[in-house]
Amino acid sequence: MGKTIAEKIFSNHANKDVKAGDIIIAKLDALMGQDGTSPLAIKVFEELGGTRVINPEKVLLVTDHSVPPPNEGVANLHKLMREFAEKYGTQITEFGEGVCHQVFMERGLATPGSLVIGADSHTCTYGALNCFSTGVGSSELAAAMYTGKLWFKVPSTVKININGKLPKGVVSKDIILYLVGYFKADGLTYKAIEFDGETIRDLSIDGRATITNMVVEMGAKAGIMPFDEKTKEFFKNIGIVINNGIEADKDAEYESIYNFDISNLEPQVALPHTVDNVYPISQIEKIKIHEAFIGTCTNGRLEDLRYAAQILKGKKINKNVKLIITPASKRIYMQALKEGIIETFLNAGAIVTNPGCGPCVGTHQGVPADGENVISTANRNFKGRMGNNKALIHLASPLTVAASAIKGEITDPREFLD
Amino acid sequence: MILKGKAHKFGDDINTDYIISGKYKFKSLDFNEMSKHLFEDLDPEFYKKINPDDIIVAGKNFGCGSSREQAPLVIKYAGISLVIAKSFARIFYRNSINVGLPLLEADTDKIDNGDELEVDLFQGKIYNKTKNITILSKSTFPDIMVKILQAGGLVEYLKKEGDFKI
Repeated sequence: MGKTIAEKIFSNHANKDVKAGDIIIAKLDALMGQDGTSPLAIKVFEELGGTRVINPEKVLLVTDHSVPPPNEGVANLHKLMREFAEKYGTQITEFGEGVCHQVFMERGLATPGSLVIGADSHTCTYGALNCFSTGVGSSELAAAMYTGKLWFKVPSTVKININGKLPKGVVSKDIILYLVGYFKADGLTYKAIEFDGETIRDLSIDGRATITNMVVEMGAKAGIMPFDEKTKEFFKNIGIVINNGIEADKDAEYESIYNFDISNLEPQVALPHTVDNVYPISQIEKIKIHEAFIGTCTNGRLEDLRYAAQILKGKKINKNVKLIITPASKRIYMQALKEGIIETFLNAGAIVTNPGCGPCVGTHQGVPADGENVISTANRNFKGRMGNNKALIHLASPLTVAASAIKGEITDPREFLD
Repeated sequence: MILKGKAHKFGDDINTDYIISGKYKFKSLDFNEMSKHLFEDLDPEFYKKINPDDIIVAGKNFGCGSSREQAPLVIKYAGISLVIAKSFARIFYRNSINVGLPLLEADTDKIDNGDELEVDLFQGKIYNKTKNITILSKSTFPDIMVKILQAGGLVEYLKKEGDFKI
């Protein structure tokens, strides 16, 4: 019987033939920890009596969730991370380099066919580059630094084919919001997802990463994109030559196969307070907006900023709206500067913050007021997520968020596109 | 292993942001202090309602969302002895076992807030003393998880075994 991509990657890393359902120990290629999870991992590593980190050059620690530090507690935890990186020789980001998942990809740590874990639930993002990456907790990050390995249950795979030409004003965020609404928050728990189809093949790596980023919102362990010329190009641009990826066998055994045609998909919006509470924009009644946020590991990439700029160019945002824009990395920020995108945002009335997670997790940089409606390009809209449990968070694409910031209410971006 | 406590009932899809808000987890590693904020966004007084060994009972997909291990740690430090839910999210499930917080999957419809429970963890038997009914868990832990749980968590397991073993 043939193998899925997940079964192939786990077989390669367990040094034996494995299939879905097997409990295995696998060698890891690269590890990631951010500032909300690394400090606890460092504490656990010390409790284990660790004296060296296995392959420290493949371990990246990132200060992104609260950077620059908004209080002394965070500043001290960042210091702990810097001291650990120095002592054990791991990689650590420069201050304000960007969101962990974007920086991890830019540094070339997630390569096709590799097995990666990160102490952040959105570690599944790197599947956009045809690898198996999944989120773990701090203890497992510590155990992985200590042993270079981790135990896994090889997941069964669900194949999702997406076909059709994306309509005007509809982007990859709308596809993944639609899928989360379809499968619901626990619909694909413990599964690996293989994505394919002409729509997926047409998407850029940025667009694919938006989709793989959010597979965890359906409970999935990983989402894996096909390897193609776009993947090669991505690595070429960061100075790495990669010619081969992992493909599933023709006779691979899938738990199920879904086919979606998105030719008639509308822009989608997730209403408060769950990510799977998704509606097409035409079905949403008028909702006034007080805060709009464009950024995060879901939608803070260059393509996303270009989409937002396309809508905001030459326009002013509504006077009752705070628009916060956070590029996902310094590299993206600098390219956006060159393209005049940042100037467009500032002229429109936005605040552009330093790269990082921004207000997504409610630690700083844009906590909404009581009763305020927020529209955001992030991946979660849980009550209290942005630091105030009396605010209401709506999720949408960068196009929809930009259009909504101009009108001051949730707005179909097609109104602004010719 | 017999666990006895009063049930605190929750619904479906309880995410780790509700268990412990992001604004606390980034500041500190003091879990006794953090445990005062357990479920704060759902019930600001929740912490005061917990007696030692109480049991959290929930619907499906408990612990979805962020990978924060602070979530099971804060539950454990608050004095909760066990979480019973219809199902758990993947990362939370692993994190709980790794920090030595026991979990059981079971049909929780016949458990109400305040019911007194007696649970035989490894037999998977939940006796609802208040309603005089027994509910059987559907949990089956792989051997490696049983070993981690029996050791008291991942740190103790790795100290004992020196490496992951199957």
